[in-house]
Amino acid sequence: MNKTENQKAWFLVLPVLVLVAFNAIVPLMTVVNYSVQETFGNNVFFWSGISWFEDVLRSPRFHAALGRQLTFTFTILAIEVPLGVLIALAMPRKGIWVSVCLVLMAMPLLIPWNVVGAMWNIFALPEIGLLGNALNALGFDYNYTRQPGDAWFTLILMDVWHWTSLVVLLAYAGLVSIPDAYYQAAKIDGASSWAIFRFIQLPKMKRVLTIAILLRFMDSFNIYTEPSVLTGGGPGNSTTLLSIDLVKIALGQFDLGPAAAMSLVYFLVVLLMSWIFYTVMTRDDEANQ
Amino acid sequence: MARITLSGLRHSYMANPSQDADWALKQLDLEWDDGGAYALLGPSGCGKTTLLNIISGLLVPSHGRILFDDHDVTQLPPEQRHIAQVFQFPVVYDTMTVYDNLAFPLRNRGVPESEVDSRVTEIAAMTDLSGMLKKRAAGLTADGKQKISLGRGLVRTDVNAILFDEPLTVIDPHLKFQLRSKLKELHQRVRRTMIYVTHDQTEALTFADRVVVMNVGEVVQIGTPEELFEEPQHTFVGHFIGSPGMNVLPCRIENGQAVFAGQTLETSNKAGAGIGLNEVGVRPEHVRFARAGLEARVVKVSDAGRFNIVEAECGGHSVKLLVKEGESIPSETTRLEFIPEKTRIYQDGWLAGRRSAS
Repeated sequence: MNKTENQKAWFLVLPVLVLVAFNAIVPLMTVVNYSVQETFGNNVFFWSGISWFEDVLRSPRFHAALGRQLTFTFTILAIEVPLGVLIALAMPRKGIWVSVCLVLMAMPLLIPWNVVGAMWNIFALPEIGLLGNALNALGFDYNYTRQPGDAWFTLILMDVWHWTSLVVLLAYAGLVSIPDAYYQAAKIDGASSWAIFRFIQLPKMKRVLTIAILLRFMDSFNIYTEPSVLTGGGPGNSTTLLSIDLVKIALGQFDLGPAAAMSLVYFLVVLLMSWIFYTVMTRDDEANQ
Repeated sequence: MARITLSGLRHSYMANPSQDADWALKQLDLEWDDGGAYALLGPSGCGKTTLLNIISGLLVPSHGRILFDDHDVTQLPPEQRHIAQVFQFPVVYDTMTVYDNLAFPLRNRGVPESEVDSRVTEIAAMTDLSGMLKKRAAGLTADGKQKISLGRGLVRTDVNAILFDEPLTVIDPHLKFQLRSKLKELHQRVRRTMIYVTHDQTEALTFADRVVVMNVGEVVQIGTPEELFEEPQHTFVGHFIGSPGMNVLPCRIENGQAVFAGQTLETSNKAGAGIGLNEVGVRPEHVRFARAGLEARVVKVSDAGRFNIVEAECGGHSVKLLVKEGESIPSETTRLEFIPEKTRIYQDGWLAGRRSAS
C-alpha cells in the first residue's frame, strides 16, 4: 500500500495543543521555573537547583501539613463512602419521593464553597450558633475556635454534610441501573439481603463508586475554601491542611521558590495517589478480560 | 415436584379495573401435570410474562388461586414455592465463579458443603459447564450465562417447576438451536415440570409437549403442536402458528354452509345461526390449483426454499398457498380448491360448533 505523505494533519491538532499549552503547560512551567530559582526581589533571580525541593521534603512543617491532610482525607472517605451507600440503599426507587429525595440530596452540592464555610462558621459558634450553642447547652465544652479537637470535628462534619450527597447520587445511579431480574433471581435463589448487597448491588455499584472515591479523594486533598473560611487553619496550626499552608507560604510570606517546590510535590502526591487508587480499584476488571 | 393448578385467575396492574382492556389476564383455568414440558406462546403484551410471574410468586394475582398439588400457594413468596426461573437476560452473579454461582441457591438454604459439591459437579456435567467451573461467571458468553441460570434451577432438589421467560432472546441464532435441544434433552433426563414462555412458535413447538396459546390476556387454545397446526380452535391460532399463517377469509353463511366469492364451500364443520362475523379458515398447505373451483389470479410468488409461497387474488381477497418446488405455477388466471376436510368455518373468531370453550 502506498502511504501518502501529508503533514497537514498536524495543523488539525494545533488548536488543542494551544489550548492545553495555555491552560496547563505554561502555568505549570512557570511554577517549575520558580521552584529552581532564588530571588531577593526586584525581579532578579538566581539559579538554585533542587535545593527548594530538598528543603520541602525535609521540612517538619510540610510533613505535619501532609499528615493532617492525609488524616482529613481518609477520615472523610471512611465516613462519606459507607454513609453515601447506606443512604442510597435507603432511598425509594419509585414514586414521587424519588424526586424529592434527589433534590434534597443535590442541595448541599449547589451551595458555593465559601458560603458553606461561612454557614458552618456561624452555625458552630459557641455563643450564637445553633450547633455550638446546643452542644454547650447539652453540657459539652465545645469551642471550635479554641480547641483543636472541636475544630477537627466541625471540619469533618461540614465536609460530610457538604459532600456525602455526591456519593449518594452516584451510588443511587448505580443502584437504579440494576435490572429487576437480578432481584427476582436472588429471591428465587433464596438470597439474604446481605447476600443481595454483597453479590448484586455492590458489584454493580463498583464502577460508580470508583469514580466517587476518586473524585472525593482529589477534591478533599485539594480542599481550601471551606476550611479557610471556617477555621483559617486554626486554632494554631491544627487544621492547616496542605493547601492552606501553601497559600500561607506563597502569599503570606511571599516565598516563591519554596511555595513553587511545595506545589509541585503536592501535585505529584495527588497524581500518584489517584493513580494508585485507580489501579487498585480497577484491577479485577482487567483480570476479567 | 407437583401438579400446578390455576383456578379462576385474573390479574390487573390497575387498582380499580373497570373495563375489559384493564385486565392483563382476563380469566384463566389451567392444569399442568407434574413433569410436563409446556410452552406459553403468544405475541408481546398477551399476558404470558404476567402469568409466569404469578406462578413464580413475583406477582400476587388480583383474583383466583394457584395450587401446587393441593396446597394453596397464592400468597407465598417465591423462595417458599420451590420454583426456579430463567430470565430473558442472563442473570449471573458477576463476582463469583461459575462453581459458586451454581452453589449459591444451595448454600443459601444451608445445604452441607459436601452435598453442594456433588450436586454442582453433577449439574455442571449436565449443562456442559464442567470445564469452566473455576472461571469468573462475568467472563462467559450469553449462552454460557443462560446455562448458569438454568443450572442454578436444576441444582436444587426441591424444585417444583422451572420457568423460562424467553430465555433465548439474547442468544446468537446458531447457538439457539443447540441450547434448545439441550433444554429438551435436560427435560427428558430430569423430568421436572418446565414452563417456557416465548413469542417464537418454533421454540414453543419444538420444546413443548403441550402449548398454551395466549392472546390479549386469555388462553385461546391448549394442545399438542400437531393439534394447534391441524385443528386451530381460533383464527388467531391459525394465523399465529404456521408460516405463512392460515388464510382467514370473510364469508356468508347459507344453510349452515360457507359461501365465498360466489361459491358454496365444502367444509369440515357446519355454522351455527345468528352470529356476527363469519370466516372460513384454510392453511396455505391445504390450498391447491385445480381445474374447477374458485376463480383466482396469481399476484406474487416468493421462493421459500423447498416451497414457493404463491399469493393469489380471489374474490377480492388475498389467498396464500404453498406449492412444492418444481411444480408448475399457472400465470395469470387459474382456479383454486380448498381441501374440504381441512377447511373450517369460524364464527366471531372461534371454530364453529366446537365442543368446549377452550
